[in-house]
This record gives sequence, structure tokens and C-alpha cells, in this order.
Amino acid sequence: MGQLTTGEREFASVILLVLMILGIAMAAAGRFDPMGVHGGMVFLYSGALLWWILTSFFGKEPDASRFSSYYDDPIKVGVALTLFWAVFGMFIGVWAAAQLAWPSLNFDTAWSSFGRIRPAHTTGVIFGFGGNALIATSFHVVQRTSRARLADQLSPWFVIFGYNLFCLIAVSGYFMGVTQSKEYAEAEWYADIWLVIVWIAYFVLFVRTLARRKEPHIYVANWYYLAFILVVAILHIVNNLAVPVSLGNAKSYTVWSGVQDAMVQWWYGHNAVAFFLTAGFLGMLYYYLPIRAQRPIFSYRLSILSFWGITFFYMWAGSHHLHYTALPLWVQNLGMTFSVMLLVPSWASAGNALLTLNGAWHRVRDDATLRFIMMAAFFYGLSTFEGSFMAIRPVNSLSHYTDWTVGHVHAGALGWVAMITFGSFYTLVPSIWKRERMYSSALVEVHFWLAVIGTLIYVFAMWNSGIIQGLMWRTYSPDNTLVYSFVDSLLAMYPYYIARAFGGLLFLIGAIVASFNIWMTVRTVPVAVQASSDAPLPSGIYGATTSPAE
Amino acid sequence: MDFDHETMLELSKVWGLLYLILFSVGVVVYTFWPSNRARFDRAQTEIFDKDDTPWR
Repeated sequence: MGQLTTGEREFASVILLVLMILGIAMAAAGRFDPMGVHGGMVFLYSGALLWWILTSFFGKEPDASRFSSYYDDPIKVGVALTLFWAVFGMFIGVWAAAQLAWPSLNFDTAWSSFGRIRPAHTTGVIFGFGGNALIATSFHVVQRTSRARLADQLSPWFVIFGYNLFCLIAVSGYFMGVTQSKEYAEAEWYADIWLVIVWIAYFVLFVRTLARRKEPHIYVANWYYLAFILVVAILHIVNNLAVPVSLGNAKSYTVWSGVQDAMVQWWYGHNAVAFFLTAGFLGMLYYYLPIRAQRPIFSYRLSILSFWGITFFYMWAGSHHLHYTALPLWVQNLGMTFSVMLLVPSWASAGNALLTLNGAWHRVRDDATLRFIMMAAFFYGLSTFEGSFMAIRPVNSLSHYTDWTVGHVHAGALGWVAMITFGSFYTLVPSIWKRERMYSSALVEVHFWLAVIGTLIYVFAMWNSGIIQGLMWRTYSPDNTLVYSFVDSLLAMYPYYIARAFGGLLFLIGAIVASFNIWMTVRTVPVAVQASSDAPLPSGIYGATTSPAE
Repeated sequence: MDFDHETMLELSKVWGLLYLILFSVGVVVYTFWPSNRARFDRAQTEIFDKDDTPWR
């Protein structure tokens, strides 16, 4: 924050003062409600930030030389917050998985019951880990590909700290039992309104930075980031239209009713997967993959075709979550058809990524970072195929409500989203901190194998358990009665639930290793002599320190 | 005309289909338009430019 001008410090103080007053108002109006606790949190959060601003309030103005470099300070904070949420969210995930195998791990308290820690896990990893990673990398990619510094210095901080306030309010609310009961949109009305404000600031900042670009053509990675920002705003607003019980009450009721509510929720839910967990991360892929592999993308035109394919097909796929429900059959068919069609642009992206690596396989062998990115593209191809397949109605009749769905989501979340993020971070961190390399390439290697083995154990456990569940629930005796009770199927799941928790634990350990490695890179690795180069190091340097493959 | 389920049906089955087909034709034309080739080729390689400072 050292580069903020006096005017920006003043404006930041005003924003934080307004937030503190809002926090007091929330605490007063909601004093008989969990909302009061949130008011106190808003007050303390903005107060802490205000104190930070005030400590350097009368410091000297930054000089004009700042305009000759990119504005990377918010990205650094974003990287740290991403890793914090990764460890937190994955820890809660392992805990939730362990509760399924050993239910007494909720210690008989309300806040730690499965129904509360499960949304804390999903919000922690999707919005905390994924969202912070997207914001941090989008600031990096948009600056580098546009050759333009971020449009101003205050709004990146507003976006990062505002977004993390949303995550904090959301996750702490679940522990207190505050929820809208909408999957991936559990946060209540006041958190939702706050996210809209933050998101509009993000959109304006991104577009203003793009407007400063050098080239007339916008690099394709930015298209994906922009689609992510714009569509998530639309989805979030429409799905969260709700009327609160009162201004001092956390509870609200959605304006949608019945099957329309279900349709809006899954239009949101599936497009959250599409535009939060796919489009934004494809933006990462289309920048960090060519940079790390030192090869241009295999086909730029194919990336454009698949961009529009993904953007326009995904919008209609949500209804495949509602097969065999009161939703009109033609709407179910529409969702099913579009889901199958989605395989084309999805595999075009995955294929484009893997073909880019064609000719650089020796780098993939030597460089665990590039291997993370390669593995992410592979899992992207795998889980998009699986998703299209599961959206077909008869397949869905077997897979729906079973652990197969959970396995599918985690093939995407661990294999695709998390691996592309870590691959990007191992490229990004030495670059923005101007270090010559990561602290330990051996630890990157360790992390890679923990991540791959953890994901495979997790996914195979859930495939097995899901298909067994599905088959047990539909096994009839000759007298047309069900052969197995629900508890029978639950007992059959026991070994798989243990395996799943173990796979998740390996993945969590990998994230902790990554955090340690990045921390040590920032603290101990000397600054690169030639700080001007933004490119990764030649593979020879990695080979010289550790290279198990050679 | 009443705005009911049938209207929605027609809207999506006829006009939705037309709009998506026309849109995909537009995207394909844009992608393969000959004069766009140069800027795509530039975009593909420009990200490797070593100069790590903003132009403004």
C-alpha cells in the first residue's frame, strides 16, 4: 500500500469509515440475531484496515517512477490470501470427509455439524481459494498482456479486501447457522449485496485497464477473465434476489418459487461451475501455459471458437441438474442436449493445451510446474467428458444423488482448478517477487505427486462408492421390492469414505507444502539479477538442482 | 396474445435456435476472416515480449 497517493489514502479512509459505521448499524439492528456478530466483524475488519492506512497517512507521496512498472502489490496480497483459504478450505474438507466415515467427529456441537461445515468447505475452496486466485492472476495477466499498469491504485485493494470480507462473512455465517440453503450461494442477503458492490468495482477496474492496452486486439486470456467477471455478476444478482425478514435479521426469502426457484438455482449453480471454475481458470491456462512452456498456443483461432462455444453453450446446460423433476421435459432435454454439445468446445480447449505442449515434452518431464499445468488440462478434458456423459438422462438416473457426482466435481476441482492454480502460482510467484527461482524445486515435485495421488485416490473412491450406491438403490427382488435399505448402502460406503478422506488429506498436505515453499521463496531466495525478464527460467536450472527424472 | 408456457416454448424452440445458429455463423466468420489473421498471429506471440514494463 506504500504507493497510495495522499488522495487515495483519504478516499480509502472515507470508505473504511463508512464501512465501520455500517458495521455498528448492523451490530445494533441485529443485536438479537447472528447479523449482530457480523456487524461487529465488519467493524473490526474495516477498523484494522483503517489503522493500517493511518499509520502511513502522512507519509510522503509516491514518486512518478511508479508508472514505469506494473502494480503488483495487490497481487502479492492476493497470493497470500489464496494460500490461506486453500489450507483453511481443504482442512475443513478433510474434516467433513472424515465425519462421513466417523460421524462422532462433529463432537456433538451444532457449529461443527456436517450441514454447517460442508458449505464452509465449498465456499472456502471455491470462493476463498479459487476466487482469490482468479482475482490475483487476472490482475497479473491483464497488465502483462495489455502492457498497461492497472487503471488505478485504490480499486484493486478495494476488490481484494472487499472480496475477502464477503468470504469471511459467508463462512462465519454458516458456522452460526446463517444460510439461504442455495448450493454455492448460501451467503445471506447483506453479504450478497456487498459482493455485488465489490464485483462492479472489479469489472470497472478490469475494463478500464483493458482500455489502456497497447495492442488493438485483446489477448484471449482476458476474454475468459472478462466472461468470468461479467457472467458471475449476472448469475449472482438473479439467483440471490431475496426479501429479508427485516433489516436487522439475517434471514431472507427468495423471490423465486417452486420449480422456477430450482431452475434459477441450477442455472446459477451450473454456470458458477462454468464461469467461475472454468472460464476464469481457462484464462489462466491460456496465459501461464504458453509462458511456462515457452511456446505459443497451438491454435489461436481454436481458442476463439472454443471461447464462444463455452460461453454460449454453458448458459443452457443447468437444467440437467433437474432430470426426473417437475421441470418441463423439454427444458430437461434442452439442458441435456447442450451439455452433450459442450464436449466440443471443452475438448477443443483441452486439446489446444495439450497440443501446445507437443514438442516440449522434455520440459514437462523436467519441470513439475509445467507438469501441473499439463495435468490440469488432462483432468479438464476428463471431467468435461464425464460431465457431458452424466448429463444424459438415463446415466443421470444412476449417478444422481450418489457419490459419483461428488467424484466428478472433485476431478474438476482438484484435478483441474487447483492444479492449474498451483501451476500458475509457481510461475507467477518468482516473477512478481523478482526472484530467480522457487525456494525448492524438490518441494514443487513433492507437491505435484501429493496432488496427483490425492486426486486419483479421491476420484476412484468416489467412482466406486457412487456406482455401488446407485446400483444398490435400484436393485429389486423378484417381488418388486427394494433389496437394500439405505443403511445397507451406507455401510457399504465405509471403506470408500476412509479412502476419500485420505486422498483429500494428501491434497491438503500438498497445499501446505506449496504455502511453505512460496513463503520461503519470498523470504530467502535472492532477487534475480536480471529483474526485467518476466519469463520462467530455462529448464537447465531446474535440472541442475534436482531432477528425479534425469 | 397471452404470455404463457406455449409462448416460452416457441420463443426457445424457434427464435432461440435461430439466434444461436446465426451467432455461431458470426463467430466462425470472425475467426476465419482473412484480415484478422495478422492480429491473431501477433497476439499469439506478443505475450513472449521480454520487456517487463507497461507502456503507460
